[in-house]
Amino acid sequence: MERHFEHDLEELKQRLLWMGSLAERAVHQAVHAVLDADEALAEAVLSEEDAINEMQIEIDDRVQRLLALQAPMAADLRFLLAVARINGDLERIGDQAVNISHSAMRILRHPQVKPYVDLPRMTELAEGMVRDSLNALVRGDQTLARSVMQRDDQVDRLRDQLFRELLTYMMENSSVVFSAFELVLVAKNIERIGDHATNIAEDVIYFVAGRDVRHPALDRR
Amino acid sequence: MASPVSGHHAAAARLAPQARTVGVSAPVSTKEAGVRFHIAGLDFFYGARQAVYGVNLKIPANKITALIGPSGCGKSTFLRSLNRMNDTIRHSHYDGEILLDGHDIRKIDVVNLRRRVGMVFQRPNPFPKSIYDNVAYGLRLNGYQGRLDDLVEHSLRRSALWDEVKDYLRKSAFALSGGQQQRLCIARALAVDPEVLLLDEPCSALDPVTTAKIEELMFQLKDSCTMVIVTHNMQQAARASDFTAFMLDGKLIEHNETSKLFTTPSDPRTEAYITGRFG
Repeated sequence: MERHFEHDLEELKQRLLWMGSLAERAVHQAVHAVLDADEALAEAVLSEEDAINEMQIEIDDRVQRLLALQAPMAADLRFLLAVARINGDLERIGDQAVNISHSAMRILRHPQVKPYVDLPRMTELAEGMVRDSLNALVRGDQTLARSVMQRDDQVDRLRDQLFRELLTYMMENSSVVFSAFELVLVAKNIERIGDHATNIAEDVIYFVAGRDVRHPALDRR
Repeated sequence: MASPVSGHHAAAARLAPQARTVGVSAPVSTKEAGVRFHIAGLDFFYGARQAVYGVNLKIPANKITALIGPSGCGKSTFLRSLNRMNDTIRHSHYDGEILLDGHDIRKIDVVNLRRRVGMVFQRPNPFPKSIYDNVAYGLRLNGYQGRLDDLVEHSLRRSALWDEVKDYLRKSAFALSGGQQQRLCIARALAVDPEVLLLDEPCSALDPVTTAKIEELMFQLKDSCTMVIVTHNMQQAARASDFTAFMLDGKLIEHNETSKLFTTPSDPRTEAYITGRFG
């Protein structure tokens, strides 16, 4: 017999995944507002920010209610703790998308600094990390979660590469400083999205295996 | 008036030598530091029916160990084995070893064993006597020669009941509420200064406030007493115990620190039971 509690947990997971899809879409639209010089995409992200924020409150309320009323144990408890943390990360991903959209609007007022090569690679990686971290949650897949964590270094390397490249452009031509600086911010935001996806993957491992892998250097006996 | 604590120490010292040496056998194995009970290969039988299968468990001293499991899993039988309460059941017997501080409990005088290993039951069972006489009963039985008043007061203080009953000590124990009666039973058990207290669902008939008092009391008693509690209330096991043992069909499935067992159990049957997906 399926218990009502299990139904509540499944519903919570579906709501979290819905929020994840909103955050993923926001990131995709925000970066493509820059890459495709499409201001309408940036505006769409800004108009949907409230929806993500409302989802955060709703999911927090659901988690709080289930913790208080069901006093969950073991995997159920770990799932709820993981959802509470993932919820915060998804909201922050939404915030990064908003930041990128604001940058996009400013960038679009100026000529393009350079052809975009690393930025699309970087965003593809970060979006893939967010998508796979949520897939890992759905499947309870530790291997996939670990692969997300490993990809974070690639995003960091691309960010460093972009920083160096944009710095060179700024040193060579002061008229591109404004746009180049905005692109630095965009790269920084994408890198942070990768960090949030990594956090989600760590929470998935906590939920599935009960292991806290957030800070490996700490002794957690 | 002498402080009840110093009075108690003197009283306990007078009681202890005679009570703690009677019937104690030579150790059959080396006493393990920090372990109060060492249970090895315990099989328990009610006639031909086996209720407990090959349980191995070490119960650490000055800790609270909770026994959880579905009804009929053998946890109360196991608990009652620890002070030979099952001896009164005809045709029951056990194989394996139960060592208290390294001594086989079969070789300890049973009266002395039950003084060292006290028990509190699911339903409060005060004697039809006054509050005072309930607490003093075990002391008189043990031939205690000291100041009874001091020890009665100390026991009632230890069970967090003194302030509520100090002006009514001569009243019948039946005049107390259920929660007070249960604490009186704990005071009665504590009066003879047991090393171990076995609690068989001590809060199942109590309201949440009284339950909280009993749990707080258990926490405070840890300094002087080892406790083993059988409970159906998973939250209580999680809140109140240091270690938890999960039993199923007479077998010990998992034993671990409570914080680990309730967050990351290692056996899927434990997981299923504590998350309510059992069966």
